[in-house]
Amino acid sequence: MTDLLSKFDPYIAEHKGLLDTGVNDPFGVVMTKVLSPTRAVINGRETILVGTYNYMGMTFDEDVIAAGKKALEEFGAGSTGSRVLNGTFAPHIAVEQALKDFYGTKSAIVFSTGYQANLGMVSTLAGKGDYIVLDADSHASIYDGCKLGNAEVVRFRHNNVEDLDKRLGRLPAEAGKLVILEGVYSMLGDIAPLTEMVAVAKKHNAMTLVDEAHAMGFFGKHGRGVYEEQGLESEVDFVVGTFSKSVGTVGGFAVSNHPKFEILRLVCNPYRFTASLPPAVAATAEASIRKLMTAQAKRDNLWAVSRKLHAGLKAAGFRMATETPESAIIAVLLPDQVSTVAMWHQLLEHGIYCNMSRPPATPAGIFLLRCSLSAAHTLADVDVIVSRFVQARESLATMKAA
Amino acid sequence: MDRAPVYARLLELIEPFNKKGIALAEATSFADDLELDSLTVMDLVANIEDEWDINMPLNILPDLETIGQLADAVVKLKG
Ligand SMILES: Cc1ncc(COP(=O)(O)O)c(C=O)c1O
Repeated sequence: MTDLLSKFDPYIAEHKGLLDTGVNDPFGVVMTKVLSPTRAVINGRETILVGTYNYMGMTFDEDVIAAGKKALEEFGAGSTGSRVLNGTFAPHIAVEQALKDFYGTKSAIVFSTGYQANLGMVSTLAGKGDYIVLDADSHASIYDGCKLGNAEVVRFRHNNVEDLDKRLGRLPAEAGKLVILEGVYSMLGDIAPLTEMVAVAKKHNAMTLVDEAHAMGFFGKHGRGVYEEQGLESEVDFVVGTFSKSVGTVGGFAVSNHPKFEILRLVCNPYRFTASLPPAVAATAEASIRKLMTAQAKRDNLWAVSRKLHAGLKAAGFRMATETPESAIIAVLLPDQVSTVAMWHQLLEHGIYCNMSRPPATPAGIFLLRCSLSAAHTLADVDVIVSRFVQARESLATMKAA
Repeated sequence: MDRAPVYARLLELIEPFNKKGIALAEATSFADDLELDSLTVMDLVANIEDEWDINMPLNILPDLETIGQLADAVVKLKG
């Protein structure tokens, strides 16, 4: 018998090699207690969370929790069914209405995760004979959506408008085309030049889908995302988002003004062949989305702490992934895997949790310690975070010298 | 389009990715001989697309295991 898992031996060896250096497992962190959107107990130590995507700090919001408890009691623990059969309850309709109100769109479709929203939208919109043109740094869920579908997939260099233009120009004029972009790219935290890219897509008669997972709540007048900030609301055809970041729970969605959008519910497998969200989750999401519509103070604070962390780490001599703070993702560049894991480990020992990111999740050759800020962080938290980054670096230097 | 000049130019485009400095031939494999990871392949593909003004759909990449197969694909795509 061929052991099907033996093809993963190189990964097993690499992971073991990593752990043998005596570091915490960057992929095995356990939070034994979660104290707030920015604090948890890890390895018995109270830790500042700086890598959770909990942008608007909604996870412990009183109204959100109350809405969830009420729905849990009234509708039970789960829907036990697909949205198109027995799995649509009042809270599912209510959260879709909240999305329509938030985005000002005619339609909103909720999926069970953001990953499934991309899987469903990408694989269903572009079919056989159509073309998908996507940014090379697109999220795994977008790539997987391409694999699930039957369209031809063409990739352009990250955020490169000319590259996009060239590739679109090589496609048959009459073919169906979908250009897929993201407002904020989650690895480096850089934002896309959507104005130019959407204009190029229009020039070639392509439809556009923008994933705004990392921008909801704090980009644009209504917090709709980078596309709103850049004035593209009447230009972008489909917007995909998630409840797992700013909304503070789990779930995914797509919104659109396309008159035929609703038909996707009946033809999209990742929507119809899976159970709907638990009603309590839908209710927490609804409560959270409605509060995000007026969360100006949280927004302002999120930007303030993000800018301050970028400035603080830069002043402390860290190499930043973006020259200026472009989003609430503030990433530090490190030279290689060994130094990245070592620093990540030291940070955790100093009570800081951030994300360790490496290829292929990151672009080629890029190793990152990725921080994401929350509106629940204070400016004083940022001072502590920066000082612990400095202390962690010093501990490493001392160890090396020893 | 003539295959010989395509193949010759391909070798030049691949050379910067030939970190181990092995001898390149028709049967040289990207994964086994050159040990290119998926991200490096991405860069190489983008360079090839620009060189011949073609799109190489991602769907065809898994079937292009050797330099010879890549040369055939470029010739075919260029038409
Ligand atoms: C750009 C982007 N799209 C989609 C997703 C998937 O979201 P979810 O966590 O809801 O599956 C993520 C999250 O990792 C993301 O970063």
